[in-house]
Amino acid sequence: MEQMITAVMSLAAIGSGLGVVLGVAARRFAVEGDSRVEEIVAMLPAANCGQCGFPGCEGAAQAIVEGEASPTCCPPGGKVVALAIAGHLGITLGDDDMEEAPKIAVIEDAICIGCTKCYRLCPSDAIVGAMKQLHGVFAEACTGCNQCAEKCPTGAITMQELPATAGTWVMPKPPMAA
Amino acid sequence: MRDVLLAVIGIALVNNVVLVRFLGLCPFMGVSKKIDSAFGMGLATTFVMTLSALAAWVLEHALLLPFDLGYLRILSYIVVIAAVVQFVEMAMRKSTPDLHRVLGIYLPLITTNCAVLGIPLLNAQSALGVGMSVLTGFASGVGFTLVMVLFAGLRERLQLARVPDSFEGAPIAFVTASLLALAFMGFTGLVPAGGV
Repeated sequence: MEQMITAVMSLAAIGSGLGVVLGVAARRFAVEGDSRVEEIVAMLPAANCGQCGFPGCEGAAQAIVEGEASPTCCPPGGKVVALAIAGHLGITLGDDDMEEAPKIAVIEDAICIGCTKCYRLCPSDAIVGAMKQLHGVFAEACTGCNQCAEKCPTGAITMQELPATAGTWVMPKPPMAA
Repeated sequence: MRDVLLAVIGIALVNNVVLVRFLGLCPFMGVSKKIDSAFGMGLATTFVMTLSALAAWVLEHALLLPFDLGYLRILSYIVVIAAVVQFVEMAMRKSTPDLHRVLGIYLPLITTNCAVLGIPLLNAQSALGVGMSVLTGFASGVGFTLVMVLFAGLRERLQLARVPDSFEGAPIAFVTASLLALAFMGFTGLVPAGGV
């Protein structure tokens, strides 16, 4: 009986002691990260494609907040995302920062052999298809990360400019504005 | 110094935690597709093993032995090791973000990995002193890292090799692992008996 009490008490003491220590540590060591980083991460395409040269979208967001990278560093996001981020952070974008419209993958029907390589690579599940079936791209889901185009064995995937829609069109700068 | 070196070689190679004791096989198969991640996993495991060997020794000698509670060993080891690793992860995130970026994602994965739990249990079984316990933990981690990196290298090569269809993926990985284990059997006898 006495040993049972010892065992129960000691484990209870260990458990509650460590619980308190961890609880205090969680408060004490809480990292007061820049809340803007999370907000920028939410605005980026979250494909973690690495075209910006940072480790994933979080790395890019960190660099943008710290001023090491321009909001235009994200090719999949394009001008729309860049403008949104710049507006959010109160930065002005340079004139020539981003002329290119965002591009998305387009599959050439005649050349696609249905190998599913692109389909398996796609980080945003924007490609549909099955073995030996013609694949297709969801324009809304494609982030233009270019991974599928690199791996396509027949070169059936090309990156083409997204046809302008109400959500992506940006008014061109008047020619005289400085 | 000679004893320490012999012990490290004995634990890391002759009694390798993965290939001879067959502990920690889940990360061995799971995180060995790329050399980079295998190395990160190895470093994190080494770190956690060293720490847990120390924590377990303290627990053993402060509580379990004096109160004759040996039957609570596994239970209490799991609690203490998991808590210590969590604590270190928090402290690391605060004080050294760079180190946290390297080890951070792996730390929660291995809080009570069987190898991490197994080494303190083996230490307790053979009633090692505190220094030797910590050294055993560290050397086991070094052995684990070595095997992880070797195996990841082999698997990277396997990706390029022509493997029969029925062996592709996990089967060929297991065949490779068993061949690697056979190779490690060759270390038996490297350290004279009684050296470890």
